[in-house]
Amino acid sequence: MIGIIDYGMGNLYSLSKALERLGYSYEFASQAERLPEYSGLILPGVGAFGDAIANIRELGLEQAIKGYATTGRPILGICLGMQLLFEKSAEHGENAGLGLLGGEVVRFRGDYKVPHMGWNQLIIKQKQPLLNGVQEGDYVYFVHSYHVLCQSDVLLATSDYHQEVTAIVNRDNVYGMQFHPEKSGETGMLLLRNFAVQCEGVLT
Amino acid sequence: MLAKRIIPCLDVKDGRVVKGVQFVGLRDAGDPVELAKKYSDERADELIFLDISASHEGRKTMVDVIEKTAANITIPFTVGGGINSVDDMKRILRAGADKISLNTAAVLRPELIREGATIFGSQCIVVAIDARSVGENRWEVYTHGGRNATGRDVIHWAQEAEALGAGEILLTSMDDDGEKKGFGLELTKRVSEAVGIPVIASGGAGSREHFYDVLTQGKADAALAASIFHYDETSIHSVKEYLQTKGVVVRP
Repeated sequence: MIGIIDYGMGNLYSLSKALERLGYSYEFASQAERLPEYSGLILPGVGAFGDAIANIRELGLEQAIKGYATTGRPILGICLGMQLLFEKSAEHGENAGLGLLGGEVVRFRGDYKVPHMGWNQLIIKQKQPLLNGVQEGDYVYFVHSYHVLCQSDVLLATSDYHQEVTAIVNRDNVYGMQFHPEKSGETGMLLLRNFAVQCEGVLT
Repeated sequence: MLAKRIIPCLDVKDGRVVKGVQFVGLRDAGDPVELAKKYSDERADELIFLDISASHEGRKTMVDVIEKTAANITIPFTVGGGINSVDDMKRILRAGADKISLNTAAVLRPELIREGATIFGSQCIVVAIDARSVGENRWEVYTHGGRNATGRDVIHWAQEAEALGAGEILLTSMDDDGEKKGFGLELTKRVSEAVGIPVIASGGAGSREHFYDVLTQGKADAALAASIFHYDETSIHSVKEYLQTKGVVVRP
């Protein structure tokens, strides 16, 4: 059973339906004490970083998520959820994140359109089970105005939008996707399934 | 590279697609969910539903359509029409829409853009602008489905919408809408250059070449069409194939 963390930020419906179609069971999880029951966690999210981390703290989820990460079971942050995994964000003043991964969140700046909105290609940096079946150049759907700067050793895939954009990250059991896999056609479904498979622990 | 987007638009009234969509092989061409699936399978990059229901019942039906669509497709979709409050936005986004599109309500009360962007994030808020030419390189904002002139300048309104937190502009050239002679290139270019957020061009698509023109010369980030796709005059695949041969980056 996968727990989709519900902390009042964003569209959980599409994500839950995507898991349903893949044949994986899930629950919406907002109670900290229940997190240990799940075989994997997804931290979704759209909206502002500061509001999100405040909600997570208010619900007592910060320690619960950090504690969960130490158990070695998989956690996936999606979009803002991925950004929350890092140390800090510069969105509307500096806010500390969960710090499960090293790096920071900064705004896109330059003479180009922001948000980075639409379908962009994945550039694969490290081939890992999460990327099984995903090809270099496959398109996924991004929509974000802030992006993550981090060490290259956690980068599984990037994308190109006037600079290298962090797209998929991983360290140990902690995963993140800046784009929306639940909105990214067959490539997104493949990535979600690969994550779900890790949660079931059946990946060989 | 970021791909240019091709977006079909469906007008929905009381839960049914209007403007008689003519597709071969669809069980029910009036079913928005089935059409959404078809377009998603054809590699549409996004979808837009415009709810033109006039009644409260019709609007409730739309929520049902949104839920079923979200459960059946894996591309983003936007819902517009009759959204007047944060509560309306919440209902639609919760049902599974990715973005909401504001038109008349935002002109009447621009703060609505800020309220929506603050609560749901700018990426959810599309501001739709209906523009009509009022002289050389000047366009006026129209509301209420293009019936009412507002006296507002389109470029200024687009910039104000961006400042209030809009994440995207859906720009319809009323002078070209339905004519199938091409998008409003000058209008689209001027708006796209005046704002720092993506612009979806709408109105006037009649051929594959028109998409090329608006995505290059017109500097649009995405192009929307309705009847040309609904009546199978061209397919999304065919438009994308053409764009690729011309060197425009699209998701194949």
